[in-house]
Amino acid sequence: MYHFNFAPVFAAMDQLLLGAWVTVKLSAAAMVIGLIVSIVCAVAKTAGPRPLRFLVDAYIEVIRNTPFLVQIFFLYFGLPTIGLRLDPNSAALLALVVNFGAYGTEIIRAGIESIHKGQLEAGTALGLSRLQIFRYVVMKPALRTVYPALTSQFIYLMLTSSVVSVISATDLAAAGNDLQSQTFASFEVYLVVTAIYLALAVGFSAVFAAIERAAFTYPMSR
Amino acid sequence: MIRPFGLNDVILIAEAIRWTLALSVIAFAGGAIGGLLIALARTSDAKWLRTLATLFIRLFQGTPLLMQLFLVFFGMNIFGLPINPWIAASLALTLHASAFLGEIWRGCIEAVPSGQREAATALGLSYYHRMTSVILPQAARIAVAPTVGFLVQLIKGTSLASIIGFTELTRTGQIVNNATFSPFQVFGTVAAFYFILCWPLSLMARRMETRFSRATTR
Repeated sequence: MYHFNFAPVFAAMDQLLLGAWVTVKLSAAAMVIGLIVSIVCAVAKTAGPRPLRFLVDAYIEVIRNTPFLVQIFFLYFGLPTIGLRLDPNSAALLALVVNFGAYGTEIIRAGIESIHKGQLEAGTALGLSRLQIFRYVVMKPALRTVYPALTSQFIYLMLTSSVVSVISATDLAAAGNDLQSQTFASFEVYLVVTAIYLALAVGFSAVFAAIERAAFTYPMSR
Repeated sequence: MIRPFGLNDVILIAEAIRWTLALSVIAFAGGAIGGLLIALARTSDAKWLRTLATLFIRLFQGTPLLMQLFLVFFGMNIFGLPINPWIAASLALTLHASAFLGEIWRGCIEAVPSGQREAATALGLSYYHRMTSVILPQAARIAVAPTVGFLVQLIKGTSLASIIGFTELTRTGQIVNNATFSPFQVFGTVAAFYFILCWPLSLMARRMETRFSRATTR
């Protein structure tokens, strides 16, 4: 009968929590920057000139049809060969942003396309500037429509970020790998690490629900 | 010794596609059986079955696939089984696919209008016949597009098996890269092969989705 040994894992809890904090920071940064990339690409795809739309399409298809692990290897090992040396955590952030951007663009685009043309005309008739129309008439309702899809993609991003441990970033999964090689209590270590990921997923969901209540409270007509 | 990246390396990488495919097929076949059971449990009348299935789905959707692989890989040792990347990767991906397909197919089963179920019950059909002759055939039509979409996710997910030492497409890429040190060419080639596998499936899923939504909306 196997004898479970959680003592060394709990003794090194600070190590794991430090890794979890890196995962939180890395994911949060990737979410914010990735969202900006997504909005820019979604606008380019719906309103940009033809070559630009083609480029955005190619970006989306390539990223969505290749594994994140290969993307991060491509960037982390490839960039130094053209003289761009990134530390593992920066390379991880870059890869996460590039990856999320492709999924986020499709989500935001669906939101933008759900805005009825009459809304834009109404905005113009009210004398709003183009920027105001974009911000209040297009983006805000679009984001509200796709908010559930966006947040589940965010959670997925946070879980995917565990893969960055393979390029020796210092995230939660990497902290688990280190602890595993120190204690040899592999199963126990990864069980606790997995539980922390689950807690992070629940935590992020709660934060997203709070943001939804704070940001999208104006009345719905539909 | 660093040797240049050449045609032989491309062939070596190409040959590794079969392991990626084999793992995908095993995980998908296992996941289809598990997913059907999960979906049926999730839509059953027994509350404890629903709770159990929900828990299973939440657990697998709320944790990283990489950790699921590690837990199965190291967990097998606990049950006295020898550590074997083939079995560990197959088992972990099967469980992973079961949870995701279970959740997708639950939605499809619930999308079948409730009148169908009521009519089948009124006709005196047993649970088995109600499911196999009335509900599931209709749910299957709805399920095709999202299932193909998930298959893409699963094929990409098999790349993580390389981390526990399963030599498939990505792992072969790493090995070749260690020998040639041409990361852009090597991982570009690896990515291209994944793209060739996944893109047609993505296109197919999208086409079926639009065709289906056109057929169901008036």
